[in-house]
Order: sequence, then structure tokens, then C-alpha cells
Amino acid sequence: MIELIVEDRCNQCNACVAACPTNVFEARPGQSPIIARKDDCQTCYMCELYCPQDALYVASDCHGSEPVDEAQVVASGALGQFRRDHGWGEWANDPRYENQHWYMGEVFRRAREKA
Amino acid sequence: MSTLESDVLVIGGGMAAAWAAIGAAQEGARVRLVDKGFLGTSGVTATAGPGHWFFAPEARAAAIAQREAIAHGIADSAWMARILDQTFRTLPTLEGHYKFGLNDQGVKLYGPVRGPEYMRALRAKCEEVGVRILDHSPVLELLLHTDGSVAGARGVHRQRDNQPFEARAAAVILATGGCAFFSNLLGSTNNTGDGYLMASEAGVPLSGMEFSNQYVVAPAFSAVTRTMSYAWATYYDASGKDLEIRTHDGGTRALARHLLEGPVYCDLSRMPVDIRERLPRISPNVMIPFRRKNIDPFRDRFPVTLHAEGTVRGMGGIQIADDDCQTIVPGLYAAGDAASRELVTGASSGGGAVNSAWALSSGTWSGRAAARRAKLLGSRAERPVEAIGQAGLRPRRARQQLSTSELIKQTQDEILPYDKNLFRRGVQLSQSLGVLDQLWNEARDHLQDQHIVRSRETASVIASARFAYHAALHRRESRGMHQREDAPQSNAAYQERQTVYGLDQIRGSFDDRQSLEQAV
Repeated sequence: MIELIVEDRCNQCNACVAACPTNVFEARPGQSPIIARKDDCQTCYMCELYCPQDALYVASDCHGSEPVDEAQVVASGALGQFRRDHGWGEWANDPRYENQHWYMGEVFRRAREKA
Repeated sequence: MSTLESDVLVIGGGMAAAWAAIGAAQEGARVRLVDKGFLGTSGVTATAGPGHWFFAPEARAAAIAQREAIAHGIADSAWMARILDQTFRTLPTLEGHYKFGLNDQGVKLYGPVRGPEYMRALRAKCEEVGVRILDHSPVLELLLHTDGSVAGARGVHRQRDNQPFEARAAAVILATGGCAFFSNLLGSTNNTGDGYLMASEAGVPLSGMEFSNQYVVAPAFSAVTRTMSYAWATYYDASGKDLEIRTHDGGTRALARHLLEGPVYCDLSRMPVDIRERLPRISPNVMIPFRRKNIDPFRDRFPVTLHAEGTVRGMGGIQIADDDCQTIVPGLYAAGDAASRELVTGASSGGGAVNSAWALSSGTWSGRAAARRAKLLGSRAERPVEAIGQAGLRPRRARQQLSTSELIKQTQDEILPYDKNLFRRGVQLSQSLGVLDQLWNEARDHLQDQHIVRSRETASVIASARFAYHAALHRRESRGMHQREDAPQSNAAYQERQTVYGLDQIRGSFDDRQSLEQAV
């Protein structure tokens, strides 16, 4: 579930408020948004993708909240990793993060051949 | 209440909704799309990666034959040919918004696309052709004209203090997705069967609702239901014994049997190293939950579960009455997972491939037909209309303080467990149906929660579960996805599509034409 909005990074653009499909965030005038409806989070990571500041952190557990330490998360390099892997935003033309989704069929074919 | 007017109203925000809106706008209609969430992240396409059923003309006969072999006699190969043709023509028109992949030989592959990029492209295409998009505007109920045709819908802007709106249109397309019963299937939280409830209130039958019990493997802690990596999975019981299950090859039921006995663990150690390295570029969301739990899935064993996929990867949904995907209610269309997919899938799941080709095609056809209808009839915006929403909106009796989360949980207790829904028996189905009928009556009589969207979702989820079990009970045989422990063989007498209709009293029929006449 969504666990963190890193205040230092957030530029109050409210892209997460718009993009979250289950309306978890709430915009606040002159401040960063808050996680207002955490129970509605579906752990889909879409907010991380749409956050240009890499200020959001979604933890792995989909059944409930888990405590996270902001400093540890920042130090771990997890922030922005998903957006970068997607080749989203400024990573769009970086060959290291090229979209190779087309290879999915090959993965299944190779698994069947191996079986 | 604010009033909006357009030629065509599309309800939903996934790929079917987007293609419907594009189809209608390209026919010259003024189109409004309203979604519960955000067009781009809503629904199960955005979080996954559909590999459309995409074949050049010369390869289609073989693809259809392969599909027919698992359709168990209730599909229609002419419809399969139609969606293959439409998908082949239409998907490449997204070029410029989506960067289609080149394989290692430099050949462009259109079929497999990555979810978030695909939905971003569809949103951009919608904007390019002039679709007016209203995000975070869940629809609550349909409006009908006095002649029984559709007139629009009502909903609320949930990011504007639930301000109500009325959207009038000459044609309405339900592209609200399937129902996954809040199961933790990735991206499915908004997929609560809203379209099934709204269509049923308008007298439209649903078809194939017994085919609603597909399950998908995931780490026990995670909603990331991406099957590709599990093609390389090895499954173990608690003692560490290799269970020799292959979930990508029909092993889901075996896995469920073991999960009923106790925990099952998994590793991906058989995955070749080159695929491991490529994985984040194929499906970036697969590794994220593992990394953040400090699990190395190629080495460590982690617990797994099966999440229910309901009608999302099942096939049941709103019955289609003509080639344009119109329902029996004039001007009301259904597209994508909101519609029954039996015509193209038969009794086996269409997975990501056939289902996405269906979503694209049914969206495109319904959009175009809706635009033509609007051109022919005009908006009819001055005529009187009736709002027809019932359960969760207008209780039959005195409103009571009911807990929506409790109603949902009690519904889940009947519809999610493997021993009730995957391994079906008539006795158990009847018993569950009794519980669900009671929940329905309670909701129908007294439910009107302040959180009005959740109130309606609750009613939709209960209704969808009842339709599924009613249909499962009356198909007294096993066919494709629907397997009955008490009737393990297929019976030629049931080689028909089954419809269900009605809400307080559900009725069913194994004859398409008969149900079309009886309903309404």
C-alpha cells in the first residue's frame, strides 16, 4: 500500500491526486497532498509512475499497512525505480530502459519448450 | 445538479471505453467519457500488458481453430473472425502515441503492449479526436426515456464534494469492466460489476455468468498478478517437496487443492538468466514487490496465493443483442469486460489476448454505432426521463446504518473461496446463494450509505455474485472453466449460452432468443 509522500521531494503538482485510480490522495491548498484514504489503495504503483518528483513510495503488502522508515527508503534507491524501469518521462529515450514488452510471448514459448 | 449533454456517453475508463470513445468521435459525434477513476490508470489493462489477438489474414484460420478447440461449443467463429479483422486494422492506428516494439529481427510487433504506456496512448488519442474526459466521476445509475430507450446517466464528481451530475446522450456505452469482488487482482478495485447492475435494472439479460471463476497466482502478500514469470515457477509444500505444478499450463486447480491443505511456496529458479535480466524491461512491476521485501525470487522461496479474477478473466457479462454490441435496450451498448465474451471465447478464458481484441473491437463497433444513432435521432434532451437506480441508492424500506465493508466481506466469504467457487457443487452453490440472497434483500431494503459510490459498488458486488452462482447452479454439468464436482462431465443438452435476468428474483434461460423475448 501507499506509505510515503516524501515532503522534501514533493512539488505540490498533485499529479498523484489526479492519477490515482482509487482516489487515495487529497489535495491541500499550498501544501503537499495527503494520503487520505489509504484503505482504498490497490497497490498498483500507478501513482509512482505519474509522480515526476519520485516522491511516492508504495510498499509491497496489499493486505495492510506496514511501517516504513523514510530515511531508509530514500537511502535504498527505491524511489523512482519503477518510473525509470518503465522508461517514463525523462527516461523515455534511454536505451537502458527500452520497452521490451513484446518479448512476453517469447518467454511463454521458451517455458513451454523447456517443459 | 449539473447537466451535461453529448451525442454519445461512454461510461468507464479502461481500454474498451477509450476505443469506444475514439470510434464514436471519429464518426463525428460529440463524445463524453466519464470514469470512476482516471483514464490512463483505471482498470486491469493499465496495470498489466495485454497481448492482443493479432494475426495477418493468412494466419487467422489456424488461430480460430485453436480457439474453437477450447470453446466447448458455445462460441461463434464468425465473431472471432470479426475481432481478428478489427484488431488488425485498428491497433496500428495508435502509432504516434504508442511506440510499438521491434523484435530482435527488427520486425514490428503490434499485439503485445505494455499497460500504462498503452492507456496513456489511448488517453492521448481520445484527446486528439476531441473526446471530453471527466475523471473521478463515477456513474451511479442509468436514465431511460418513457419509450424504454436509454437517455443518459447520473453520477457524482468525487473530487468535487460528490457534486451530482446528469449526463444526457442519444446513446450510452457501458464499458465499466468486469467484477473481481475486491479480490486483490491487480488493478481491479474499480471493477465492481457496476455495469451488470445498471444493465439489469434496465431489464437487460446477462450471459455466461457461470464463467466467472478464473484464479491467478501471485505472491501471498502482493496484488501483482502477472503470470509470465510463473511459467518458470517451481511450487513446494511446507515440507519443501516439489509439487510439480505448472500454473501456466492448466495447473491452477492443482495449486488451489494444495492451498486448501496448507501454505504453498514458490521460487523462480528455473528462469534463464537472460530472461531475469530482461524482466524489468518486459514487465517493470514484476520485480518491484520482491525488491521491496528483500526477496530474491530466483533463489528464495516465497508464499503464493491465488487471487480471484471473477468475470475479468471469466467471460460473463451483459448480453449483446446485435452486431454493433447493442443490448436489448435501444441506444444502450456494452463493450469490453462489461459485455459477455462468450461469442469469441466460448467456455474458456480469453486471457489477455482474446479479451483485449474483444475490448478493442466491441469498443470500436459500439462507438461507431452509437454515433450513427445520435446522428439519426438527435439528442432528445428535452424529453422527460426516469432515473432507474435501486439497490444502494433508493432503499425499498427505511434506511438503516449498514456496514458496506461487512456486506462486501460476507459476499467475499461465499464467492472467493476455492472450495466454494472453483470446485463447485450444487449443494454448496444453493447454500451460498441463500446467503447472498439474504445480503441482497438487506441491501435492497435498507442500504443507502453516505459514501454513495461504495453503497452502489456494494450492491453491484452482491448482485454479480448472485448472478454468477445462479448461473453456476443451473448449468448442471461441467464445461470449460465451469467445473462441477457433482457433474464432472459435459452434457450435450447444455451446449448453449445461458442468460440470467431480473434482480430481486433472478431467472435464467438456456435459449438466447427466448431470453431476449422474456426480458424487459
